[in-house]
Amino acid sequence: MRLNVNGKDLDLGNIDETTPLLWVLRDQLNLVGTKYGCGVAQCGACTVHLNGAPTRSCVLPVSAVAGQKVTTIEGLAAGGKLTAVQAAWVEHDVAQCGYCQAGQIMSATALLNRNPKPTDADIDAAMSGNICRCGTYQRIRKAIHAAAGNTHE
Amino acid sequence: MSAVEQSVLADSPSRELMQAAEQRAGALPSLDRRSFLKISGMAGGGLLLAFHVGSEALANGAPKGFVPNAFVRIAPDGTIVIYSKGPEIGQGIKTAFPMIVAEELDADWARVKVEQAAVNPTVFGRQSAGGSRSIPMAWDQLRRAGATARAMLVAAAAKEWGVPESEITTSSSVASHAASNRSLGYGDLAGKAADLPVPDAKALKLKDRKDFKLLGKRITGVENVEVVTGKPLFGIDQVVPGMQIAVFEKCPAVGGKVQSANLDEIKKLPGVTNAFIVEGNGKPTEVMPGVAILASSTWAAFSAKRQLKITWDESSASKDSWSKSVEDAKKLASSQGPESLKAVGDFDKALANASVAEGFYTYPFVSHAPLEPQNCTASFKDGAVEIWAPSQTADAALRLVAGTLGIPVEKVTIHQTRVGGGFGRRLMNDYVCEAAWISRQAGVPVKLQWTREDDMHHDFYRVGGFHSFKGGVDSDGKLVAWQDHFITFTQDGEKPALAGQMSGDEFPSLLVPNVRITQSKLPLATPTGWWRAPGSCALAFAIQSFLHECSVSAKRDHLQFLIDLMGEPRWLAPKNEFALNTERAVAVIKLAAQKGGWGRKMPKGSGLGLAFHFSHAGHFAEVAEVSVDANRKLTVHRVTVAGDVGPIVNMSGAENQVEGSVIDGFSTMGLEISIENGRIQQNNFDSYPLLRIAKAPKVETHFIQSDYSPTGVGEPALPPVAPAICNAIFAATGHRVRTLPLSKEGFSV
Repeated sequence: MRLNVNGKDLDLGNIDETTPLLWVLRDQLNLVGTKYGCGVAQCGACTVHLNGAPTRSCVLPVSAVAGQKVTTIEGLAAGGKLTAVQAAWVEHDVAQCGYCQAGQIMSATALLNRNPKPTDADIDAAMSGNICRCGTYQRIRKAIHAAAGNTHE
Repeated sequence: MSAVEQSVLADSPSRELMQAAEQRAGALPSLDRRSFLKISGMAGGGLLLAFHVGSEALANGAPKGFVPNAFVRIAPDGTIVIYSKGPEIGQGIKTAFPMIVAEELDADWARVKVEQAAVNPTVFGRQSAGGSRSIPMAWDQLRRAGATARAMLVAAAAKEWGVPESEITTSSSVASHAASNRSLGYGDLAGKAADLPVPDAKALKLKDRKDFKLLGKRITGVENVEVVTGKPLFGIDQVVPGMQIAVFEKCPAVGGKVQSANLDEIKKLPGVTNAFIVEGNGKPTEVMPGVAILASSTWAAFSAKRQLKITWDESSASKDSWSKSVEDAKKLASSQGPESLKAVGDFDKALANASVAEGFYTYPFVSHAPLEPQNCTASFKDGAVEIWAPSQTADAALRLVAGTLGIPVEKVTIHQTRVGGGFGRRLMNDYVCEAAWISRQAGVPVKLQWTREDDMHHDFYRVGGFHSFKGGVDSDGKLVAWQDHFITFTQDGEKPALAGQMSGDEFPSLLVPNVRITQSKLPLATPTGWWRAPGSCALAFAIQSFLHECSVSAKRDHLQFLIDLMGEPRWLAPKNEFALNTERAVAVIKLAAQKGGWGRKMPKGSGLGLAFHFSHAGHFAEVAEVSVDANRKLTVHRVTVAGDVGPIVNMSGAENQVEGSVIDGFSTMGLEISIENGRIQQNNFDSYPLLRIAKAPKVETHFIQSDYSPTGVGEPALPPVAPAICNAIFAATGHRVRTLPLSKEGFSV
């Protein structure tokens, strides 16, 4: 089957189509920025964009996304230039262990794509699917507001 | 060693590990006797500041001409590489350690590259992350490493220009001689410095704090760009040639052995390459019995694991029951325990003339639940094993794995990866031992990958416990009587469960004239371990909440009550600056109260709570602002934190640790691990609901940067969180929370 990941059309060959997208990305395509946290769509560490919408890849059979556009954390920084969200994450020193942050950034990016000036309540609603065990929520909020400012500059 | 010093040690996770690491460090030649190592074959020449190492260390996989066991390497182009020796678990040490070296070196931070050091405690000393000890234990070592390099660069410049060293200044990787208006970059001096003798490190003058240029600033993490672009940093991201994915199923009740398993069926499943019974060595900290499955992909391995049918021999397995333990503890509440932990003064007499408070406190087992489930990559070949491990204690893992496999420690190589959350879970290296064992038994390299459910079912849990308190406040408003019957657990029938011990000198017993502390122990089989701020993370909830009950019973303001309790300025363990200092305690209590708006009138249903706790050499006080609605739905609006851990190394990292500690402390008030028939009842984040962003309070952090040596800040901000919030709930509602999780008291978050 075929998949479009980060703008590239890929032939996955003869694959077990029940495999969740997460493990295709990590094991087969070596795109390991997308993380395994819970396997039951509870923690959001596996968040990718499916046709631009934030999606939990750990419970999504790869057969369900054949021919569709998948974007992972590796696909955000086009030409090596960080996006406004990634740059805000660096500047505001959001990460502690960093394990959840790819998923957080994918959710935040999707939020800002559809709502360039989110309120705190918008952020709460959009980011509640992503757990940060280290508790960096205050900085995630600040970084999203900062990135929102950036996109309007 | 005084009792307080012992208790300071006792509150540290991995006390034994620390002591072992300290012994190893102590066995090292002292810094001044280490010789400077010149590596003539180093690419392009340059200055490599290493400490003389034996052939054993050099043989540790080091390519010719490059020795990885150095702190500083300066290339002719001026690039400075600083090696960070400890594991990065989210505490920011990979940024903080090199900052300390760079400060004394006067390095241009923008041109510093940080690399992870090899795991080699013979060279580096302690390479663990636990007990908030990384900064205090490495502070002097790292400063002198930087200062030694700087001194040699200065000497090289002085020789080059024929001027006294005392006339040379350094700044931002440049040495200058003002009188002759000459300057040279460190890169230009590196080759010359490499030819000079190593100065006596003890004689080197280290900087005064007022001259710090880098330390104390907000410096962003050195791996931030890699984190936000999804680079393969973590244990789970490791790939080695020929590697199979391994999963491992152990008995859900610890101690159970495999009687039989449907291995033939499993071996036929798609992608499965092998399946076998692992006998293990029966130690939960190493390898317990179970069934290993190897497969060509993680999904094939996970799918096969779900098809496993194992018959367990549970004759020696855990039958633990939390609900029974709660009943047993309640029966003991009104009596004294059989063991005395402390008896001073005359408790009964003091109580007779006092206003009395009484309370029975309960806290549950909790799990570490780091977001990266346990995993480890291991390749066993020809009697040696190479390991890539997200461990907090890679130094200890070297010897542990050697022991488990029965091979010499020289045959174990461990690479430290970035760690997706520690919280104390990865002080244990069970998953490392398992990976090494399975690789040996299978004869192929493996990445052992636990599922989330494995991670929740096979933790070393923060142990639950119970306290039956009585306290008395005299007519002057002073706490004069303190009684605690501490009910904990024991796995061996003698010692308290790991991290379930309490010192008789636990706060506030050294500040109260009449004290009676006794202990009972309930039987337990479930493994327990060090959970962020071990001991204190649970004790502070009970003790600092009950102290508030005491001040309320005497109709005293809690701020003044705590200040009075501290009394005269003094160390509670004389001459030990890692002990509680009452002056530092009062200072953080006053600052938290001032910044948190203590004493202001709150609307109905809202309240402020104040709590202090000392742990891991850190003094912390916190004010929580909460509101509770008619349905007992709790909102924590803000937590104001005041802390004193001495000078701050990296302000951004330190504030991040405090913010995280507050979220962790609050999150855990809503969580419990319950055990029935030896089995953990929680499976995943649906039944262990970590706090999410919408419920996260604002955190405001204030540091008192006293002149004492810097100490760690990964843990001590956590213990005061729960009592500050519970004291605020009392202020808002009049309801005293004596049992966690909060749902047991009818509160929701």
